[in-house]
Amino acid sequence: MKILVAIKRVVDHNVRIRVRPDGTGVETSGVRMSMNPFCKHAVEAAVQLGEAGHGDEIVVVSIGPKAATDVILTALAMGAHRGILVETDAELETLAIAKLLAKVVAEENPDIVLLGKQAVDDDSNHVGQMLAALTDRPQATFASEIRVVGQGLEVVREVDSGRETIAIPLPSIVTADLRLNTPRNAALPMVMKARSKPLAVRPVAEFGVDLTPRLTIEKVSPPPERMAGITVGSVAELAAFIAEDVSQMEAL
Amino acid sequence: MSVLLIADHDRGALSPATARVVSAASQLGPIDLLVIGQDTDTVASAAAKLSGVAKVLVAEGVSASDADTSVIERLASGYQYVIQSAGSVGKDRMPRVAARLDLMPVTDVVEILGANRFVRPIYAGNAFQTVTDNQIRHVLTIRASAFRAAAGGNDAPIEVVDSAVTSAVRLIAEHRTESDTPDLATAQIVVGGGIAVGSNFQLIESLANSLGAAIGATRAAVDAGYAPNDWQVGQTGKIIAPDLYIAIGISGALQHLAGIQGAKKIVAINSDPDAPIVKLADVALIGDLFEIIPQLIAELDKAGLKH
Ligand SMILES: Cc1cc2nc3c(=O)[nH]c(=O)nc-3n(C[C@H](O)[C@H](O)[C@H](O)COP(=O)(O)OP(=O)(O)OC[C@H]3O[C@@H](n4cnc5c(N)ncnc54)[C@H](O)[C@@H]3O)c2cc1C
Repeated sequence: MKILVAIKRVVDHNVRIRVRPDGTGVETSGVRMSMNPFCKHAVEAAVQLGEAGHGDEIVVVSIGPKAATDVILTALAMGAHRGILVETDAELETLAIAKLLAKVVAEENPDIVLLGKQAVDDDSNHVGQMLAALTDRPQATFASEIRVVGQGLEVVREVDSGRETIAIPLPSIVTADLRLNTPRNAALPMVMKARSKPLAVRPVAEFGVDLTPRLTIEKVSPPPERMAGITVGSVAELAAFIAEDVSQMEAL
Repeated sequence: MSVLLIADHDRGALSPATARVVSAASQLGPIDLLVIGQDTDTVASAAAKLSGVAKVLVAEGVSASDADTSVIERLASGYQYVIQSAGSVGKDRMPRVAARLDLMPVTDVVEILGANRFVRPIYAGNAFQTVTDNQIRHVLTIRASAFRAAAGGNDAPIEVVDSAVTSAVRLIAEHRTESDTPDLATAQIVVGGGIAVGSNFQLIESLANSLGAAIGATRAAVDAGYAPNDWQVGQTGKIIAPDLYIAIGISGALQHLAGIQGAKKIVAINSDPDAPIVKLADVALIGDLFEIIPQLIAELDKAGLKH
């Protein structure tokens, strides 16, 4: 089986972000970047499928600037076999990303495409679903367990009412939730080895996709600041506050 | 300007999120409310009562993202907007619909500024984007917690639409969390527990019961198996906007705060005076939750707050 994993380089999830004072966006220069956490779970899932004898080849693809080579190397060190960087310095919308990935899927023809369920920068949660629509493949989003069963997959999904298990045929698209697995930290020898694995850098123009944005971002603003509150000294005072607050609530 | 809005429902009941999304979307135009799935009778009649709904459309029988998408896609050409709540079903389906229609969706909308101007959070709610959607049609998901519910009293007509589609996906099993507490995403009061609560989540449940509140949990508590995953509040869990959030043994990590930004009041109970949540709570009590919670329940009962 061939598995394609799409990964994104984002501001590290531990960094407290800062909105630029002029409202043009979030400060990203000089900020630590890393692989989107959800993508890391997707890579780990692919590597585990491989280790269980279900992945003959694992290809990782990232769309972004030259610097995104970092996150591809991380994925290669985790156990992926080959990398593709679709190089662009532009900030692309998720629809354009999905269209580019659809081209990669057409070239590579993988049995499974794994993606993170969302990226922690734009929090969109779109790309897997859009890719599924564009490639006309079934999707299993928010996966917390993936099993190969017969000619297809059984996937446990995290949904609002709890969890559900679905069966989908291959080829298909799966997006990873955090509980899917615990991503490994690649040992140094793997990191060294990753540098010798094939990594193709391809300019975005090669794919012939219309990348014109459909949305205009007028401004980016920080959330309203919360006023610092008070610390009470006893349970009775806390109870009084809660009782007062509840009595003032409007009925819904 | 007309709106095709897809209802959220579960086990024959209309989700409270839908009334809120209807009220948000009624700013954009008259709404045709589409009910897709099984056991739609009570759902459709509840939907018909919501003010702002022009008619209810029923597509009986489908309930997988690929099949639903084709039903919605078939209907979409008649509408300016295709909308659902930003719950797990809307998140699964709407980007798929958008890609089919060659549209870029705007998701998790928390404010509608005009016919094509919307506000949505990014970076776990640490920033907000104001976007203008320059497309001819708009695919949106709306955060129910950011809006008030539409009023009832309407009596919209109900119409059955063609729903003949096939799905590649088969549902094998559902693993539900049974609880008679209110819906977390739309509850007015939420009591949240962190990893510090340990296997004593029944403490959190007792407090929630005395307040008629829903129960939330941190990812750490869910990962440790102390609480079911559908109680998770935060960037990757549910986004809530209660009037009152009581955070018990919760540190207040960025990703958790992302889920409670809309809370009007926050109460923190934590043994650490330097925990981030204590710094932004309206009221904090420093101490051991295992001592505080039973006393608090007793005090609230004394104050006549027993539900
Ligand atoms: C990509 C990503 C997404 C994430 N998404 C989410 C999400 O959606 N939701 C979420 O919640 N987290 C999420 N997390 C995890 C998040 O970063 C934190 O790890 C988590 O919220 C911490 O949970 P906690 O507050 O229960 O635990 P801790 O941070 O360990 O805090 C425990 C708190 O309990 C207090 N305490 C201990 N004992 C007692 C006692 N006896 N009485 C009173 N107080 C006590 C401590 O002082 C401390 O403040 C995400 C992380 C990542 C990387």
